Amino acid sequence: MQHIAPPTPFALEIHGLVKRFDRPAVDSLELTVRTGEFYALVGPNGAGKTTTLRMIAGLLRPDAGTIRIGGIDALAEPVVAKQIVAWVSDEPMIYDKLTPREYLEFVAGLWGVEPALAASRAGTLLDWLDLAPHADERCESFSKGMRQKVTLAGALIHEPRVIILDEPLTGLDAGSARQVKDVLRERTRTGGTIVMTTHILEVAERMADRIGIIAHGRLIAEGTLEELRHQAGMQADSGARDGGSLEETFLALVAAPAQAA
Amino acid sequence: MNAIAGTAVWFAQHESRLVWRDWLSMITAGRRERLRIVTIGVIAFVVFMHFVAYAVVGPHANAAIDKQTLLTITTSALLAWMLMISQAMESITRAFYARSDLDLILASPVNSNKLFGVRIATIALGTTLMALPLAAPFIDILIARGGWRWLGAYGLIVAMGAAATALALGLTVALFRMLGARQTRFLAQVVAALIGAAFVIGLQVVAILSYGTISRAALLQSKTLLALAPELDSALWWPARAALGQMLPLTAVLATSFALLAVAVAVVAPRFGNYAITAAGVGNASVVRSGQNAFRKRLSPRGALRRKEWILLRRDPWLMSQTLMQMLYLVPPALMLWRGFDQDNNALQLVVPVLVMAAGQLAGGLAWLAISGEDAPDLVATAPVHGRFILRAKIEAVLGAVALIFAPLVAAITVASPWYALVAAAGIGIAAAASTAVQFWFRSQAKRSQFRRRQVSSRLATFAEAFSSIGWAATAAVASASLWLAAAPAVLALLVLGSAYLVSPRADHVW
Repeated sequence: MQHIAPPTPFALEIHGLVKRFDRPAVDSLELTVRTGEFYALVGPNGAGKTTTLRMIAGLLRPDAGTIRIGGIDALAEPVVAKQIVAWVSDEPMIYDKLTPREYLEFVAGLWGVEPALAASRAGTLLDWLDLAPHADERCESFSKGMRQKVTLAGALIHEPRVIILDEPLTGLDAGSARQVKDVLRERTRTGGTIVMTTHILEVAERMADRIGIIAHGRLIAEGTLEELRHQAGMQADSGARDGGSLEETFLALVAAPAQAA
Repeated sequence: MNAIAGTAVWFAQHESRLVWRDWLSMITAGRRERLRIVTIGVIAFVVFMHFVAYAVVGPHANAAIDKQTLLTITTSALLAWMLMISQAMESITRAFYARSDLDLILASPVNSNKLFGVRIATIALGTTLMALPLAAPFIDILIARGGWRWLGAYGLIVAMGAAATALALGLTVALFRMLGARQTRFLAQVVAALIGAAFVIGLQVVAILSYGTISRAALLQSKTLLALAPELDSALWWPARAALGQMLPLTAVLATSFALLAVAVAVVAPRFGNYAITAAGVGNASVVRSGQNAFRKRLSPRGALRRKEWILLRRDPWLMSQTLMQMLYLVPPALMLWRGFDQDNNALQLVVPVLVMAAGQLAGGLAWLAISGEDAPDLVATAPVHGRFILRAKIEAVLGAVALIFAPLVAAITVASPWYALVAAAGIGIAAAASTAVQFWFRSQAKRSQFRRRQVSSRLATFAEAFSSIGWAATAAVASASLWLAAAPAVLALLVLGSAYLVSPRADHVW
């Protein structure tokens, strides 16, 4: 087992991150997330959110820049960094022919978790996510919500310090979405760090400690909802009005660079 | 010209456009710029096949219409027809189970019977067209050497396509009604593969048991079979006579086949929607429980990956059947092996390369499943394991499965001849490793359910895998007699692998 660095004040530090496909997808991105923070990354389609998260998760190599996760250089020591990270995408990452329990034990095996500990954690997670009655059924008959909950349980089985989620609530019904949100809140309460992209601005508004707005591969604004309102040139007390919502703030902030361009 | 909306012609235009685009996408692997290369490749293949046809049927184009000729034509047509039935059954099963535009059609106010009728007719057309590239060179040579009468063979192919589709439709619907939607999905594919393989394997088995050779020709030219064949005026020869251009048999065969297809369309088209709706509900219908704790034991990440690959393969009967179907072709060599025990070692000389070839092909399929067919690639890629360990675990899973299947056969050869067993073991290992390497070099992310399409996603990988397996099989065949001479096919196989490596895509893989 690799040596894991002790917790640091910053769960994630990104400097000068660049990724080009046909055009720049991520362009000199600077981003810092504190340990224990719930950070929501929002932005229009094609802004570079998923590309950024995939580079953090080690699924994509950046063209330039640095990524440090829990103080570990994720580009120089990817295996060590992956030990403390979990990745959840909008597409459930499961195997149809495995049961949730087998899936969790398999994931635990990949992360080198002791079998006894893995079995105990699996039981807790399955209970927590209301999957216990289906623990020994193959995932092939599961709905999208159940699949996503199995994926989330897999992400938590090795108790990661940093959980990276790309649109985890897409396609979930209200009940499943609520359970996922509860689990994520609980993780931050116990010291975990969440970095999540979402198109549902209400989720970002209600759950995130800080929100980053990304457009054209760059972070154009960042802070609490109040701070973002200030940056958007709005009144700090406009929360009572409809115009003070994150949606209004987001649209104002995203529109400004577009108009400038 | 656009037909009136909702008519059968309009549906036919719609269907043929979809089929054409699907075929184009399949043949070019979704890259239109490949179309020119593919066209050149197809032309080269057709030209090459004409040379092969010239050598095989050229001398027989003017053969007398006797029992031997009729028997050869009938057997060849029967072989092709079995393959066509198999192909049609696969197409029909896909049409039943693919959700695609079903909701749109059934929710629209048009008469869906017309569309489903057209869809079945399109399957018949597709089945016929699939047979043509292989049959046409032979028919062309027969026409060139034996005269226009052989044009009748094209008529026979069309009739066979229609009859094969009607029969396949009947078989699939019968399975559907007897076993239900869930079982039919799997069984129809297995039955299709069995039908496709059964005839050729059956002929080989009979040839081995009767004449001690794997060659079908020995059986077809035997006096016993000719004596058992019906008289020259029998109606059983009509398909063969149709191929020879005799008008009455040709008309009768065409009329019967189209009548069969028309009946099948009339009976099945009104029920097609119901079948498809029932089939569409299969995915969420039942629950399969698995109580075993496959990962409970302490496993290294590599061990967990290896175990996962084996479990997934074992639990997917469709994939298992697709993969192990290649093992059907091992029945004749196994039979040769059994017969070879009380004779000399000549049989083994034939068995060893067949085993090597089969191992290469099996490993290719398994390697695709393990390396490219990963349903949770992000999960594996984000695990704290070095990429080389992940790959090694997957390769171990593949080679382990191949070893498990071929070990008993090699053990049986050891009893007859340790030298042949050594050659077989080495050949199987090398061919399996080579096919795995090809799949590794050409790896691309795909769902396991796309297994059937793996061969069109990279034609180069398919050819490299096939030629490598052939090369190692030839090496094993020659090595049984002389190690030094075996170097020549071995070098060729290595050249194939080297070329495959050089042209393989350098994808930006993280692991």
